[in-house]
Amino acid sequence: MASPAAAVIRIEHLYKEYATDAGPVPVLKDVSVNVMPGEFVAVMGPSGSGKSTFMNILGCLDIATGGRYVLGGRDVGTLNKDELARLRNQVIGFVFQGFNLLPRASLEDNVALPLIYRGTPRSERLARAREMLAKVGLDAYHRSRPNQISGGQQQRVAIARALVTQPTLILADEPTGNLDTATSSEIMALFTELNQRDGITIILVTHEPDIAAYAQRLVRLADGRIIYDGLVEHAAPEHTEATS
Amino acid sequence: MTAAMLAEAWLAMGANRLRTFLTMLGMVIGVGAVILMLAIGQGTQRQVEESIASMGSNLFIILSGSTTSGGLRMGSGATPTLTLADAQAVEELPAVNAVAPSAPGTAQLVYGSNNWSTQVYGTTPAYLTVRAWTLASGFPFTDSDIRSATRVALLGKTVVDNLFGDEDPVGKTIRIRSSPYVVLGTLAPKGQSLDGRDQDDTVIVPVTTAQRKLFGTQFAGTVRFIMVQAESAEAMPAVEKSINELLRQRHRIREGADNDFSVRNLTALANAAAETAKVMSLMLGAIASISLLVGGIGIMNIMLVSVTERTREIGIRMAIGARGNDILLQFLLEAIIISIVGCLIGVGLGVGGALAVNAFSGMAIVITASSIFLAFAVAAAVGIFFGWYPARKAAAMKPIDALRYQ
Ligand SMILES: Nc1ncnc2c1ncn2[C@@H]1O[C@H](COP(=O)(O)OP(=O)(O)OP(=O)(O)O)[C@@H](O)[C@H]1O
Ligand SMILES: [Mg+2]
Repeated sequence: MASPAAAVIRIEHLYKEYATDAGPVPVLKDVSVNVMPGEFVAVMGPSGSGKSTFMNILGCLDIATGGRYVLGGRDVGTLNKDELARLRNQVIGFVFQGFNLLPRASLEDNVALPLIYRGTPRSERLARAREMLAKVGLDAYHRSRPNQISGGQQQRVAIARALVTQPTLILADEPTGNLDTATSSEIMALFTELNQRDGITIILVTHEPDIAAYAQRLVRLADGRIIYDGLVEHAAPEHTEATS
Repeated sequence: MTAAMLAEAWLAMGANRLRTFLTMLGMVIGVGAVILMLAIGQGTQRQVEESIASMGSNLFIILSGSTTSGGLRMGSGATPTLTLADAQAVEELPAVNAVAPSAPGTAQLVYGSNNWSTQVYGTTPAYLTVRAWTLASGFPFTDSDIRSATRVALLGKTVVDNLFGDEDPVGKTIRIRSSPYVVLGTLAPKGQSLDGRDQDDTVIVPVTTAQRKLFGTQFAGTVRFIMVQAESAEAMPAVEKSINELLRQRHRIREGADNDFSVRNLTALANAAAETAKVMSLMLGAIASISLLVGGIGIMNIMLVSVTERTREIGIRMAIGARGNDILLQFLLEAIIISIVGCLIGVGLGVGGALAVNAFSGMAIVITASSIFLAFAVAAAVGIFFGWYPARKAAAMKPIDALRYQ
């Protein structure tokens, strides 16, 4: 592996606790991992093992309670709220299990939304949005609303929205969790293309071994710790088995 | 960026039209009420000021009466104690500009087939000076008419309208209580007096004619009241004092005994009326402003609900890179648009309402650019003030908490 300095993501001894009424609950315990540019990483683990917590921290939506997270050479722990918003806007594209599109806005407006926050002029915004919709095969639907298309199509719109800012990193938390097998394959084919043709780094959470098989590298979490980190094909069968 | 934000705000408002409309309604009613109340208040104020200006300046009125006869005090004007000679004596006092003794009464007027009942003032030419009253046509009677008690008359506008219609009255002969009077001239219109009477519904004749030929008097040569104009506002206290001294002396009133006349400062009374009108105008505006405040609280209430409802949307926006300020601006813009659009409609409604009030009740109204501007400024301020807290609340959310919100 290349030197850690070149890593997109460098995580050292990361801890995350949630403060609850019953006291602090430790969720991530001493997680360390590096992700190199162009890698395609699948994150697996039983429910409650801390996958979403981990992804939210990677996506700068939440902050760790301990340890260091360096994203693209910048120590995230030292950044203020506006700088974090800027990272989310310029470096990261997030894809959620529940799509998270704005129900009232048209598909092209949904896809163009991140560009509003970097001050791109309207005509250019819409042109880029149409380009991304074309890339995910939904150009014909640009004036439709999210509730007028299928779940698989909605997820493709969400991917288009994540891509419109030309991010170096895509984080996807169970992107196929709400989709049937055929639609899941389509979505995964899209991710694979983005990774292989455009060189975008992808980190993807899943419960399904079939989905994880699209990745090169597997990180397996259990109870807030990494219990496997290596190539998918080298993983022992118990590390790739389906979880729920 | 701001254009995009405006479009977004518009979209959000369009998503729940009824609610947006109801929120706006609070603003519409508030602004409408302020505009309407200011229009009525300022209209009343203007009317009072015009009445005061039409009254004449630096005026006293001396009323006969307030006598004590056998321990019984009579009201002002009850017994005629003032005479033409009193008026002439007052005229000699320093700083007195003009003096007009008056003997009023009501009489029936006839011209051709028209007749009209009105107030007839017996007075001197000085009355026109005192009241700052000009003629619309013809010329006034003179001191020689007073000396010989000629049957001549000046007609107010309302009287002309009722007796002559479009005909020119100057030189014509009318009958007052069946005797013929020549019309010398017509008075320029003056409008309403402070107590709401039509000042143009009047006829002026020489005081001597009124006394001897028209009404007759209980005691020869007495008048009901005397109007006195001082040379300046500063001279008024001194003039009032010297009138009192002079009349007490002329009426042989002993030290310590009550006056058999009373002197009233009309200008001071009028100023008090103007002050009252101003206070009323302010009160109306203040009461209407409360509804504007209530409208503002309505906006805040709805914005708070809206922020809670749209927590997930806020989370999504933050996840794709919206900064706190972007979210703040979005919600603030919504509040401001609601209040400004509401204000526009409210201005329309207030102006329309004021015009309607004027058309149907004849109440005076004044709509000034400054009152509209004021309503606008207040509406914008209300939007920002009451929109700020909910917008701040939205902007302060943590991205992950907003996203997870169910
Ligand atoms: N906001 C929170 N406050 C308190 N505890 C939380 C919070 N969010 C998550 N947790 C706890 O942290 C643990 C990990 O949650 P997380 O959502 O990261 O799991 P996950 O691996 O994504 O599970 P799943 O596969 O079901 O999505 C769980 O035990 C959960 O109860
Ligand atoms: Mg999860």
